[in-house]
Amino acid sequence: MWSELRNLREGVDLGTPPRDGAAVSLTVDGKPVTAPAGSSVMVAAALARCPVPKLCATDTLEAFGSCRMCLVEIQGRKGFPAACTTLVEPGMVVTTQTARLQELRKGVLELYLSDFPAGDVPGGWSELHETMQQTGVTTHPYVAGENHLQAAVDASNPYFLFDPTKCIVCSRCVRACEDIQGTFALTIEGRGFQSKVVASQGECFLDSECVSCGACVQACPTHSLVEKSLFEGGEYRAQSPQA
Amino acid sequence: MTIKVCVPRDATALSLGADATARAIAAECQRLRQPVQVVRTSSRGLFWLEPFVEVETPQGRVGYGPVEAEDVPGLFAAGFLQGSAHQLAQGNVDAIPFLARQERLCFARAGLTDPLSLAEYEAHRGLRGLRNALGMSPAAVVEEVVDSGLRGRGGAGFPTGIKWRTVAGALGTPKYVVVNADEGDSGTYSDRMVMEGDPFVLLEGMAIAGYATGASYGYVYLRSEYPHAARVLNQAIATLRAADWYGASIQGSGFAFDAEVRIGAGAYICGEETALLESLEGKRGMIRYKPPLPAIKGLFGQPTVVNNVVSLASVPIILDRGGKYYADFGMGRSRGTLPIQLAGNVKRAGLVEKAFGVTLRELIEDYGGGTRSGRPVRAVQVGGPLGAYFDQSLLDLPLDYEALAAKKGMVGHGGIVVFDDTVDMAEQARYAMEFCAVESCGKCTPCRIGSTRGRELIEKIVRGENVARNHRQLLALCDVMENASLCALGGMAPWPVLSALQYFPGDFGLPAGKEPAHVV
Repeated sequence: MWSELRNLREGVDLGTPPRDGAAVSLTVDGKPVTAPAGSSVMVAAALARCPVPKLCATDTLEAFGSCRMCLVEIQGRKGFPAACTTLVEPGMVVTTQTARLQELRKGVLELYLSDFPAGDVPGGWSELHETMQQTGVTTHPYVAGENHLQAAVDASNPYFLFDPTKCIVCSRCVRACEDIQGTFALTIEGRGFQSKVVASQGECFLDSECVSCGACVQACPTHSLVEKSLFEGGEYRAQSPQA
Repeated sequence: MTIKVCVPRDATALSLGADATARAIAAECQRLRQPVQVVRTSSRGLFWLEPFVEVETPQGRVGYGPVEAEDVPGLFAAGFLQGSAHQLAQGNVDAIPFLARQERLCFARAGLTDPLSLAEYEAHRGLRGLRNALGMSPAAVVEEVVDSGLRGRGGAGFPTGIKWRTVAGALGTPKYVVVNADEGDSGTYSDRMVMEGDPFVLLEGMAIAGYATGASYGYVYLRSEYPHAARVLNQAIATLRAADWYGASIQGSGFAFDAEVRIGAGAYICGEETALLESLEGKRGMIRYKPPLPAIKGLFGQPTVVNNVVSLASVPIILDRGGKYYADFGMGRSRGTLPIQLAGNVKRAGLVEKAFGVTLRELIEDYGGGTRSGRPVRAVQVGGPLGAYFDQSLLDLPLDYEALAAKKGMVGHGGIVVFDDTVDMAEQARYAMEFCAVESCGKCTPCRIGSTRGRELIEKIVRGENVARNHRQLLALCDVMENASLCALGGMAPWPVLSALQYFPGDFGLPAGKEPAHVV
C-alpha cells in the first residue's frame, strides 16, 4: 500500500516554523548560510541544502525535541544538540554528518523500528520511510521484545483511520490538534513505553471530541493516521503521479 | 518543675510508633502525677534509634531510643525523667558520636525545636538571614550566595547564586520562586526532614530568593507521598503571614512575598525541573527542551528560580553568617556541607550533614557502622536510582562533585544506599532500566523505548542467550541513551547499568575485565 502514497508531498519541510528576525550568518557542513534570527539550526541546515533527518519536527508546528533524529554537532558545545530546538547564532559552526552522529541516529532509528511492523518497512512511503532512506537504516538488532504490534486499528472515523502499530508517539497529531485546530481532542496517555496516543478519554475517534478536521492526519509522519480514501481507489489516488 | 520531654513528629518516627510513645509518656505522667511537658519536635535523623525520646535535664538533653510505648513504664521506673541509666539510654545527645562529629548548618535545629513554633525558630537564629537580606540590595544578596559557593543540592550541582543572578537579570514580571520538593530518589529524605522538621528555614530561604531575584510569589511543588510535610508547610506559611514575615510588605520593608504548596501526582520525572513546571501549570509532566532555561522562561513562561529544598534551606545561614562562613566548609569546588542520607543495608541509617570531602568509607563504616546484616559491603549506590554503583575499591573517594564525576558517579541529592555481598548486581542493573521504563515521561525515544529494550537485553544476558552479542548491543544502547536522550533520566539510566557491568561482570555471567564497559 505504501507505494500508492509515494511522492504525494511537494515542497521542502523546513522542520520548524519560519521566523522573521534579522539575518544570522553561520556555516552548516562548511557551507555559509543565513537564516532569520529565531530560526532553528534545522531550518538553517535545510536552507544550506544539508537537511537533517527528523521525525517529530515539521514546519507547521513549533519544535518539540522528542525524536532525537536531528542531533548535530556544534563547535564549542558539548554533546549532541537537537537541530530543531537549538536556535541559530552568529558564527555558529554546525556539522550534520559525522560517523558519530550516524551511529547515534542509527541507534535511535533502530529503537523505533523495534516497535514498528517489519512488513511495512519495504516499499513504503512516509516521512519515516524517507528518514530510513536518508540514514540507511531499515532493520534493527532487537529480538522479540515488548511491542505494540497487536494494537487494534481504530477505523471509527468515516474519513481516516488510526493504526497504532505504526505510531511512533512523536505527538505531532496531538500538537496539530492543539496548536492548529485548537480542539484538544488528542493526548498522550500512560508513561514510558506505555505512552500512546488516545482520543479524548481513551475513546474511539468518532466518539471523541474530534471534529474530523484532518490536521492530525496531515501531521502524521508514519501514516499511522491516514485517509481512508487512499485505500479505496478514490480520486486522490487517481491524481497521484505514480498512478 | 515541669520537665520537658521531646518526641519527634517526623514521618520516620511516626511510622515507628512515635505517636503511641508520646501518648504512653503523657499517660504515665498523669498516672504518676508528674508535671511533664511532652513536646513534639523534629527528628535528629538518628533513624535506627527512632522513636528517639529526649529528656531535658540540667546536664543537657539525654536520649533514649528506640522507645516503644511498652518501654515507657520501665523508663519511668528507672528514672528517665532525671536522665538515669537504662538499657535504652544513649547518654547526652550532643555527645552521641554519630551526631557529635557532624557539621550541621542546614540541619542546625534538627531535633531541637517544635517545627511550627516561630518563637523557637527565632530563638535558634531563625529569620536572621532574611532580616539581613532585607537590609541589603538584592544584587548584594545574590553575590553573597555566589560567594558561598552553594551548588544545587537536588542533583545537578549548578551554582545557586549564578542561577539567581540570571533570574535577577531576566526581563519579565512576575517572576517566581519554585521549590523542587519532589524528592523521589531512592534512599533520600533530607528534603522531607527539612519540610516536616524545620519548615520556616525553607520558607525563609524562599523569601530571600524572591527578594534577591525580584520574585514575589513562590510555589512548593511537593510530592504527594509527603502528606505530613504538606500539613506542616501550610501551617508554617499561615504562621509567617500572621507574623508579617510573609505578605504584602514584609516587616514594613515594602517587599512583598507569599507562597503556596502544590501537590504532585506521583511521578518521578516531575522532579526534573521542566517537567515539574509543566505539572505545576496543570499539564502532563513532560520534559521541556532547554534552552530556554527556566531562569529566563520558566513557570507560565516567566523568569523562575527553581531550587531544591536543601539548596534554599541552606540560604538563611549564608545570609546570617555570610557567604564566606559557608564557603569555609568543603573542598575544591564543592563548598559548604551536604546532608547525606544513609540508607539500605546499613546498621545506623540516618542523616549525616558533613562538609564535602568526607569519604564514602567514613560515612558507611564510621557513621553507618557497616551493614545491618553484618556481612561485608559489596556495592554502594550514590546519588539516587540513576547514580553509579561503586565497589569496595572506590570507597575511599571523597564526597565531592568533581571527584565522583571523574568516576562516572554523582553526588546527586546525597543519598547513599548500601548493599551487602548477597546483592545480585545484574538484578540491580535490570531494575535501573525497569525504573527508567516505568518513570519515563514518554517524550524522547531513547528513554521511552530504550529503557524497555535495555531491560530485555539484561534479562537475556542473565539467561545466557547470545551473551556476547546482547552484551555488545546493551553497550551500544547505553551509548544512545546517554548521548541522545532529552533529559537526565534517559541520559543517566545507563550509569547504574554500566557501572554494574564494569565492577560486577560475574553477576551477569560475563568474564571479568574483558572490555571497558563505558563507551566514550
